[in-house]
Amino acid sequence: MSNTPNEREETTVSFEESYIDENILADKSSKTKEFIKKFLKRKTAVAAFFVMVLLLIIALIGPYIAPYDPSEFDYENILTPPTAEHWFGTDQFGQDIFSRILAGAPLTLGVSLSSVVVGAALGTVLGLLAGYYGGWIEMLVMRGADVLFSFPDILLAIAIVALLGPGILNVFIAVAVFTVPSFARLMRSATLAVKGSLYVEVAHSLGCKDGRILFLHIFPGTIQSLIVNFTMRIGSAIMAASSLSFLGFGANVTDPEWGAMLSQSRTYLATAPHMMYFPALIIFVTVLAFNLFGDGLRDTLDPKIK
Amino acid sequence: MEKIVSLKNVSKTFPVGKSLLGKPTKFVHAVNNVSFDVFEGETFSIVGESGCGKSTTGRIINHLLVPDSGEVWFQGKEISKISQDEMRPLRKDMQMIFQDPAGSLNPRMRVSELIEEPLIVHTNMSAEERAKVVGELLGIVGLSSKHAGRYPHEFSGGQKQRIGIARALTVNPKLVIADEPISALDVSIQAQVLNLLHRLQEEYKLTYVFISHDLSVVEMISDRIAVMYLGFVVETAPKTQLYANPVHPYTEALLSAVPIPDPTLQKERIILEGDIPSTINLPKGCPFAARCKKCGKECLEQRPETKEVEPGHFVACHKC
Repeated sequence: MSNTPNEREETTVSFEESYIDENILADKSSKTKEFIKKFLKRKTAVAAFFVMVLLLIIALIGPYIAPYDPSEFDYENILTPPTAEHWFGTDQFGQDIFSRILAGAPLTLGVSLSSVVVGAALGTVLGLLAGYYGGWIEMLVMRGADVLFSFPDILLAIAIVALLGPGILNVFIAVAVFTVPSFARLMRSATLAVKGSLYVEVAHSLGCKDGRILFLHIFPGTIQSLIVNFTMRIGSAIMAASSLSFLGFGANVTDPEWGAMLSQSRTYLATAPHMMYFPALIIFVTVLAFNLFGDGLRDTLDPKIK
Repeated sequence: MEKIVSLKNVSKTFPVGKSLLGKPTKFVHAVNNVSFDVFEGETFSIVGESGCGKSTTGRIINHLLVPDSGEVWFQGKEISKISQDEMRPLRKDMQMIFQDPAGSLNPRMRVSELIEEPLIVHTNMSAEERAKVVGELLGIVGLSSKHAGRYPHEFSGGQKQRIGIARALTVNPKLVIADEPISALDVSIQAQVLNLLHRLQEEYKLTYVFISHDLSVVEMISDRIAVMYLGFVVETAPKTQLYANPVHPYTEALLSAVPIPDPTLQKERIILEGDIPSTINLPKGCPFAARCKKCGKECLEQRPETKEVEPGHFVACHKC
């Protein structure tokens, strides 16, 4: 270095200044706090969140707090409309509908949640690989997704169940399969967006291996869109699982599955409409809660919306 | 002095526009036939205006981009055609600092995680050993080990760039490619970061490839300078020779644009006319011919050869 003595002096002076005072640092602002604050402003989403939590609690403890045994026949009280003893009335065997809805919660929610988890995991991995590697992997995954997308959701699920035979496990597989393409597509575009960012290029220049770049640098950048889609898809998965049971492809008709209960009620629509109201209402509320929560989450995470 | 990096006739094009069959129809000629050597321990600067291929050249040296033709030698090894896996061990000796300090730090990683990443990739150090190195490095670049647990958004631009510099130094590289490391910073912070880079070079015997468009910064930090125009290196010379005796008309014009901090001083300013030619259709002759006041017939017809006008001073011009 051929610096003049004058420049040398400057060098030493600014070194002392260059050490940074702890206080000059920006406030240790917490992104989580900001997120919660913004989310709390969305009243419908907050309400939906509480309904969601309530439903999950019911799914966990529902069968234990049910006032009656959900499969106990009571021929004294067949098709009773709602009374003080039977809040939601009874069905054609005298089974308490309120107890059956509580007992059915783990079944319906469990199938929907687990199938979305599995479908989302699979779709996420496929989408990440497609977006990151491109080429024939991308071709294969995206054209596969296009094919699955060309069927209406419920039709695809019916086709899969028809192929595998009815049963709650096959409903799970069907819902998982039709969840995969939406996640694969979403994750591919999210991956492409993050892949182009400078810090991913930096990771390459540091010598990071592909796996490390994919899961440590790219994946965390896509989680926001992943979570939003996840909550939205749970709503449609509940719809699909219930619809399949309603159509007789899913749970055993005697199981307290919400869709199956709805299917049973059809025969008694004229004489005992309460058999239809309550299972339909709970499905409606559940799907609505997950969708509203997903909407709220998307708006909160969108920096363009205040 | 030993050569650490050597570029031989390196060219890089990027496809733009595609035909119906998906074949690229046009190419941007980002880097054309570039050759230069960088010696151990020196600061070699690449200057030029926006879009002249400086950053592309830096990325080619770092093997982030693979050149279409030509050779890139690093520590006696030809690296332009090797795979990323073969390149990985070499990256230990070659690190890069980027222009945008905010963008180059993953916003979801803590400072400690960012700085220790090269150690995870290149060494088998335990978590405690890594934490120790991170603490030391933060001290070296003028931050404190207290900052290790914070996220990048809690720092200012200059502080972020210090984090970037600390990260580049973790594995004791021999070569640091600094791609406009200070142009995103405020002038007062620029001086701090430049001084830091300067001090680190002396302490760790680093070689810098310093990419910049700021001629006063380049004058302060460089040993040798290459001037690029339209993807061509038009002049390469030691700093003192280049500033005292610019030979290429483009270098002359560039240097005349540097402001002198003295309002009473009148200097002759060379104003270039016309626009930079398109990098898609390169001019047939000298890339600078269209804007050059010395332009002659051969300048329009033929690419100038690079010749040595005095020891170590290379110019690509018909008229010099």
